[in-house]
Amino acid sequence: MEPILEIEHMSVYFTQYERGIRRRVLPVIRDLTLSVEAGQIVAVVGASGSGKSLLAHGILGILPYNSHMEGEIRYAGEPLPRERSAELRGKEIVLIPQGVNYLDPLMKVGAQLRKGSRDEKVRERTSRALRRYGLSEETEEMYPFELSGGMARRVLIASAVTGIPRLIIADEPTPGLDVRAAKRILGHFRELADEGAGILFITHDLEQALTVADQVAVFYAGETIEVASAADFSDVENLRHPFTRAIWRAMPEHGFHPVSGTQPYPGSRETGCSFAGQCSASTETCRETDLIPLRECCGGMVRCLHPGKEASL
Amino acid sequence: MKHRLQFAGKKLIRMALLLLGVSIVTFLLMCASPLDPLQTNVGQVALGSMSPEQVARLEAYWGVDTPPVQRYLGWLGGVLHGDMGTSLLYRQPVLTVIGQRLANSVFLLLAVWVFSGILGLVLGVAAGAFRGKWPDRLIRGYCLLISSTPTFWLAILLLLIFSVWLGWFPIGLSVPAGVAADAVTFVDRIRHAVLPALTLSITGVANIALHTREKMIDVLESDYVLFARARGESETSVILRHGLRNVSLPAITLQFASVSEIIGGSVLVEQVFSYPGLGQVAVTAGLGSDLPLLLGITVITSAIVFAGNLIADLLYGAADPRIRRGAARE
Repeated sequence: MEPILEIEHMSVYFTQYERGIRRRVLPVIRDLTLSVEAGQIVAVVGASGSGKSLLAHGILGILPYNSHMEGEIRYAGEPLPRERSAELRGKEIVLIPQGVNYLDPLMKVGAQLRKGSRDEKVRERTSRALRRYGLSEETEEMYPFELSGGMARRVLIASAVTGIPRLIIADEPTPGLDVRAAKRILGHFRELADEGAGILFITHDLEQALTVADQVAVFYAGETIEVASAADFSDVENLRHPFTRAIWRAMPEHGFHPVSGTQPYPGSRETGCSFAGQCSASTETCRETDLIPLRECCGGMVRCLHPGKEASL
Repeated sequence: MKHRLQFAGKKLIRMALLLLGVSIVTFLLMCASPLDPLQTNVGQVALGSMSPEQVARLEAYWGVDTPPVQRYLGWLGGVLHGDMGTSLLYRQPVLTVIGQRLANSVFLLLAVWVFSGILGLVLGVAAGAFRGKWPDRLIRGYCLLISSTPTFWLAILLLLIFSVWLGWFPIGLSVPAGVAADAVTFVDRIRHAVLPALTLSITGVANIALHTREKMIDVLESDYVLFARARGESETSVILRHGLRNVSLPAITLQFASVSEIIGGSVLVEQVFSYPGLGQVAVTAGLGSDLPLLLGITVITSAIVFAGNLIADLLYGAADPRIRRGAARE
């Protein structure tokens, strides 16, 4: 099947000024590669601060003004420059953000979803989208502060289906939800994928990602370090990268072993594998090789010189 | 409804305390004034040629021989009975003097208030929207320059350029000199008010624009604007629909808080333009030791400023759905 979204060697840099005049270019995403097919849910799993949200903003073309992006993004086989994503966002490419903060506090829900359009068709589509998630006409007349947490999340999902989205980017859509509520939300995603949309599901929760995703891309310090099918996670031996194995072992049902150390800050490391500092299998070459490539390995992809090794914990 | 009344009641008590405090401070400052009312208003030479009885009568008129506490309590007692006293310089009831001068000023102040509010908001929103680009730099440069310029100096500069060199506007007063009161046209009044209004507006705009710019930047960096952009809203739509909406609430506060600055600024500006408004009469009363008039002016302007802030609070309650609907549900 033709991928709806292909990202190749995407890097995002921020320009910062240190002490006023010294300019510094900070790489926050380095050499990211992943693809999403129609009808597929690809989870991007990574700790906070690993640059996951910027990935979403990069695809949507709404990165902040002091950043720039390299690499190639293709949407439905065509390159996706900023102008093209400006045309598509909100229509074919939609974002489902985290929570109620993403709604204008001073605007009624309905008016917000209609984006200022007074068209009767738009009105109809909006209320249909809200109804689909059990939200009545009254919801449209509410301000965001009047919504409960669950309602707010359903409003945000409804905002994605006022049109017919082909690519849905869900950025941490389930924080702070209990398992049942999260399952319900994830069920909505599965449904949308079954209707033909490709879904990029950005989360820090591997366990949740595995319940719904077809593919999992593991993100570490701004790099994709492994792309694996969800099935690979049934057995740790199938996993390729030491970090992936480490977070697998950190899951409650696999012994709850914590991963020691923290991921490096963007820009603090010049060369070598970013996980080398936390990996017991790392060697001199791991630390010195400049930018280890992401390569095919046993049906998935991995960015490691010694795939399949364990980082002893 | 009940808590609205409670709110209003609390505010009224606070206002009474504020006015009491302001009048005491004004009175103490006047007591500490090094100016001798007799020498200032009657003159050294005239005093020297007077008999002791005449001097004693003048001293009684200016209240020099009355103990301060007794003078203040006397004034306060009068005010509580609705009598603000009689101006010593104008020999008219204080309220009449203030009423006349306020009528002169109110047009000027109102024009400044509306003009600087609207222009400040527009400039602030524009600067925030174009953050870091040349419109922003231009507006910010203007605001910083004007903020560091003394108002009276700006007034003299405008007077020099527009009245002396170009001759477009009269050099002072609120009506043409030597014209009968009923022959003064509305256009005459406007021509006389333009320069003072311009001076006050130029300075008033800077403050409002800089504050609005900050708020606009906050709004544009917010999560909800990010989401609006992600949903394909154009930059114009983001600024007009989300930016203006969210900037308008702090703008209300700012606009009503600026009442005090405009009244304060008018004191200096009216002096430069010899504009017979409330600001000018405040200076006259201060320099001429006209205690009842000065107390009257301070109390009334404080009340106006307080009322401005109160209106801002009430409008906030009506404009912000979080307060409006929150209160309705109680």
